[in-house]
Amino acid sequence: MQIRPILEAETELTDRSHAPESVVLSTRVRLARNIDETPFPSRANKSQRREILARCQDAIAGLKMMQKGSVLEMQNLSDPEKQVLVERHLISRELSNDKGESGVIVSRDQSCAIMINEEDHLRIQVLRAGYNFKGAWKVIDRIDTGLEDKLDFAFSPEWGFLTACPTNLGTALRASVMLHLPGLVMASQMEKVVRAVNQMGIAVRGLYGEGTDASGSIFQISNQQTLGESEQDIIKRLTGVLDTVIEQEQNARQKLLENAAPKVLDKIGRAFGALQNGHLLSSAEAMNLLSLIRLGVDFGLLPENERRSVDKFFMTTQPGHIQIISQGDLENSDQRDVERARVLREHFRGLAPLDFDTLEKT
Amino acid sequence: MAKPQDCGNCKKPATIHLTQIINNQIKKLDFCDDCPHQKGVTDPEGFSLAELLANGPGATEDQTTDSTNSCPSCGFTTVEFKKTGQFGCPECYETFRDTIGPMLEGMHRGQTHAGRVPQRMLTRVNRRREIERLSRSLDEAVTEERFEDAARYRDELKQLNETLAGDSKESEENADK
Ligand SMILES: [Zn+2]
Ligand SMILES: [Zn+2]
Repeated sequence: MQIRPILEAETELTDRSHAPESVVLSTRVRLARNIDETPFPSRANKSQRREILARCQDAIAGLKMMQKGSVLEMQNLSDPEKQVLVERHLISRELSNDKGESGVIVSRDQSCAIMINEEDHLRIQVLRAGYNFKGAWKVIDRIDTGLEDKLDFAFSPEWGFLTACPTNLGTALRASVMLHLPGLVMASQMEKVVRAVNQMGIAVRGLYGEGTDASGSIFQISNQQTLGESEQDIIKRLTGVLDTVIEQEQNARQKLLENAAPKVLDKIGRAFGALQNGHLLSSAEAMNLLSLIRLGVDFGLLPENERRSVDKFFMTTQPGHIQIISQGDLENSDQRDVERARVLREHFRGLAPLDFDTLEKT
Repeated sequence: MAKPQDCGNCKKPATIHLTQIINNQIKKLDFCDDCPHQKGVTDPEGFSLAELLANGPGATEDQTTDSTNSCPSCGFTTVEFKKTGQFGCPECYETFRDTIGPMLEGMHRGQTHAGRVPQRMLTRVNRRREIERLSRSLDEAVTEERFEDAARYRDELKQLNETLAGDSKESEENADK
């Protein structure tokens, strides 16, 4: 068990001091970097990969911001451990399937994760809670500059940073936010939004869950183009699109309350009941129930600090987390569903009843 | 827990669920993390890399010329690129320049880099290459007993090594900040 410290640590996402926002869960920026005159990971042989891993680990170890971070190599991790890292978005599914000579270094507060020998030699990721490109960019730029002093990156003045896949060429920057959009989902407006956003060269993905699309009404919105625009322009354009989506979500919620309050409140009320009393909850169902509770917090039915609990449960009720936290052999999914329901019951039973009166007051 | 849906491309469990417009229709797509960029579905126009290559100038070339056109550094061929959508090494970009140019047109907002330039790194690499070149010249001059040339190379080398040392000291100081 190498990831126990990661599970127990206070993290940027779940323990930061200021309150979580109502629509934007988190902001991420990612830079891909490769070492010059060296084959990309998929082409490199075992000894080359081993050397790249060691060189990158050394360079990262010299970064101030990564001090006391966890250095993890894929070959030393169990499947549930890798699953937990995927569920925390600290590594990609692709890296979790990798057998050897690859790894990740995770900063102490888990706001920074640097994957080594994924598709590119380095995939640097910085996360900030809430809507905060400025903060995320400042940190990743410092890391990038720090690594640049130690490693010779593959760079062409014409095409920028060279990446294994030409879709990442140039800035090699992927900027994204995770949005909670229950209003747009309930109002069946997501398809319209996806269409409009795609036309701007921006991608929308449903995240989380197994099998259901966008369970929990959580979507990741990110830039798809990396060449021909500066880092600042990429973020500026994405921000413009995001501001519009956030506004549409707020409008959709307002309209739901005006036109379909009983329907929405009924959903939230039932979700609260299911979380307090359920005995079998799949992770997809839990995500959907928690999403309704988060909306309930936004409507003032539950105390503000419950938003943080919901965000934490979004992560800790995923299958890998349930399996590792419970320390049992929850090999089959039924046992995990029992355990998940138990954890949620324990928390939600301790809460005061939903305060539906606040809505009438407003 | 329901059985995870399979990836629409391979048969691994799907982890990415996309809703996207393809040919004016809303499609729900399920993929594992490995597949979307290869299928090109995460991209706004819904084009795929394979499709682009099939239509692009690279495709008009004969398969046989393709396979002989391989990267001198890593041995990668355009045939392999068409299969994976990825290159073998940074030098591949120079090797396959003619294939890449037109491909980037549909893929990105522009075809030339407009972002950050790692200037300190480029300076360092250039100085190091210059040092390597001078050392070789110095060796040659010594063997050929051109002592005046050798003295000049030695002076230039000394100066360059001093600047390089100064640079790395500066970067150490920056790292401490
Ligand atoms: Zn797949
Ligand atoms: Zn190559």
